Amino acid sequence: MSEETQVKKKRKIVLDERLLAYKGVWVFIEHERGQVHPVSWELLGEGRKLADMLGVELAGVVLAAPGEEAKRFCEEAYQYGADLCYLMQSEVLADYRNDPFTQGLTELVNAYQPEILLLGATTQGRDLAGSVATTLQTGLTADCTGLTIDPDNRSLLSTRPTFGGSLLCTIVTLNYRPQMATVRPRVMAMPEKVPGRVGRIVEHPLAMAEDDIVTKVLEFIADDSRDKPQLPFADIIVAGGRGLGKPENFQLVRDLAEALGAEVGASRPVVQAGWVELDRQVGQSGKTVRPKLYIAAGISGAIQHRVGMEGADCIIAINNDPNAPIFDFAHYGIVGDAMTILPALTEAFRQKLATLKQAG
Amino acid sequence: MHSVVCIKQVPDSAQIRVHPVTNTIMRQGVPAIINPYDLFALEEALRLKDRFGGKVTVITMGPPQAEVALRKALSFGADDAILVTDKSFAGADTLATSYALAATIRQIAKESPVDMVFTGKQTIDGDTAQVGPGIAKRMDLQLLTYVSRIVSVDQDKREIVVERRAEGGVQVLKTSLPCLITMLEGSNQMRFGTMPDMFRAARYEMKFWDKTAAGIEDVTKIGLKGSPTVVNKVFTPSPRSEKAEMIAVEGGSPADVAVALLAKMAARFPLVEKELAKRA
Ligand SMILES: Cc1cc2nc3c(=O)[nH]c(=O)nc-3n(C[C@H](O)[C@H](O)[C@H](O)COP(=O)(O)OP(=O)(O)OC[C@H]3O[C@@H](n4cnc5c(N)ncnc54)[C@H](O)[C@@H]3O)c2cc1C
Ligand SMILES: Nc1ncnc2c1ncn2[C@@H]1O[C@H](COP(=O)(O)O)[C@@H](O)[C@H]1O
Repeated sequence: MSEETQVKKKRKIVLDERLLAYKGVWVFIEHERGQVHPVSWELLGEGRKLADMLGVELAGVVLAAPGEEAKRFCEEAYQYGADLCYLMQSEVLADYRNDPFTQGLTELVNAYQPEILLLGATTQGRDLAGSVATTLQTGLTADCTGLTIDPDNRSLLSTRPTFGGSLLCTIVTLNYRPQMATVRPRVMAMPEKVPGRVGRIVEHPLAMAEDDIVTKVLEFIADDSRDKPQLPFADIIVAGGRGLGKPENFQLVRDLAEALGAEVGASRPVVQAGWVELDRQVGQSGKTVRPKLYIAAGISGAIQHRVGMEGADCIIAINNDPNAPIFDFAHYGIVGDAMTILPALTEAFRQKLATLKQAG
Repeated sequence: MHSVVCIKQVPDSAQIRVHPVTNTIMRQGVPAIINPYDLFALEEALRLKDRFGGKVTVITMGPPQAEVALRKALSFGADDAILVTDKSFAGADTLATSYALAATIRQIAKESPVDMVFTGKQTIDGDTAQVGPGIAKRMDLQLLTYVSRIVSVDQDKREIVVERRAEGGVQVLKTSLPCLITMLEGSNQMRFGTMPDMFRAARYEMKFWDKTAAGIEDVTKIGLKGSPTVVNKVFTPSPRSEKAEMIAVEGGSPADVAVALLAKMAARFPLVEKELAKRA
């Protein structure tokens, strides 16, 4: 993927006899309120590739309250590529809580010994991954943007941004298993669902009762999703940056977004200046997005912004500086003043949509 | 109420630059600051002290220079500060860091029982959000991550109710003390230090603890030796193999450019075309 700037002596990883028994790739299937988080399917897609490189099985891991729902999650996991699912059902797993989930996942790992365990870098996944890695005394790499297998020694190579995103680094786990990693939503592509694909279930009990658990869930206040921007899952995003000059000019970005039925995104300086809400920041310290179309106006394309949006299928950049870094990775570039280009694009897209509508 | 707050001194990454020619990180002259996320943890601990009395101890594991960060925390109103520093801590990943910090907090608790441990959500240099959960598990404390609000504390029953950011909503959780909270950003605003606190911070006799003072029992669990993960290589992201196709129309208006762009895109990106058709 890139040019190396600093190569450390490659480490020889020799595993203890007992660690050689660790086999297989696992993905933790995260769910809340009856919904599997899409990041789990994205990870199954990635996990499938790793499992195939290693010639091992891919498993989904479902911890849930007893019932049909958990079985449904497993069935869906097979369709996204899992060969089998480890299913742990207990009343104490009804809502996510650190203690029962940590104990449950730890027990499963100790019983069935996977070599790789992947989780989403969500609030749930990070809470659980940090706890399980400590309990198991193994290595965990957070927020990976790339995962692959070292052909020399079958170990997991995890790539992640470092130094606030200005550089990337590759991390390996030494003589410890499993190798754990978290990945943010939308970093990996969503795999195709294969209807009718089936797998097998391995059920395992959880040795824990409600009385053993100190922390209680009193309430869950669901986000009012009507006003919350759903940036990570938007198919078209129009984003603006500091190049727009002043908050009033940001309206041009909103106008184009409205014409397209798109979500509005922004670079960090614009969010920090209060032109738009925090939820709309794209990048390293904001949201990772993966739209089909990303239009960036007045955004320089700093690496911290880039890592959040380079997964877009098509990127259009508008910038008055022909040397802006964003032109290094956009698909189309327009050199010019965003103040005149944006309205022209809005008009052109309006006409295009009208034509498409007539064509049916 | 005795709270221990874990803070880390980090380079102000907003000011880190990568050398354009050698591609190495230019760290000279980059100021060190308290990890911004840790200030929310510190402020929350100070608020508990305001409400219930008691004290706030700040700790950090790091090089001797990290003393500056601790003095800054003292100037905001923390009562005590301990710098855990030892050459053998060098190269620690999060597992080794949480081991050393957990040992330190146990030592602190021997003198004055600890009710709460606070950490930030994550660091801006490590960025892992693992050290908080790690300390909690090692000390067998109840773990509350991504806390946006402390709703209530019942000192007699030793119970706490908090709001925690979950996916798609907020979880209201009740647990018992002692517990560990990782505080969400934006949950409060750091106060200004008072004059007396600033003077006290400047005069404060800093406590330096080496691995023995910190109560480290197993030296194979600290520093490089206690770290399962290692960095294999560091590199700069490469540009996409092809650069952007520049759209320009000789003598044309912005409208001409826009139309030209849409025509090219329709030919090369049927996926986008399909998406647009859905919206027509
Ligand atoms: C730890 C850390 C995390 C970060 N996280 C993020 C993050 O999540 N997201 C993020 O976006 N940034 C993030 N940043 C900041 C990032 O490094 C950049 O500073 C930021 O992305 C720059 O935003 P910008 O492109 O809008 O502004 P600038 O870099 O100021 O670029 C403005 C661009 O607009 C162009 N321009 C000016 N006038 C016009 C005009 N009239 N018409 C068209 N173009 C014009 C200029 O040529 C320039 O390229 C982070 C930084 C750090 C250190
Ligand atoms: N060396 C350290 N000393 C004290 N606290 C730390 C240290 N490293 C991390 N922390 C705490 O753990 C939190 C999470 O850090 P991290 O896992 O690196 O993202 C930080 O916000 C700090 O509160």
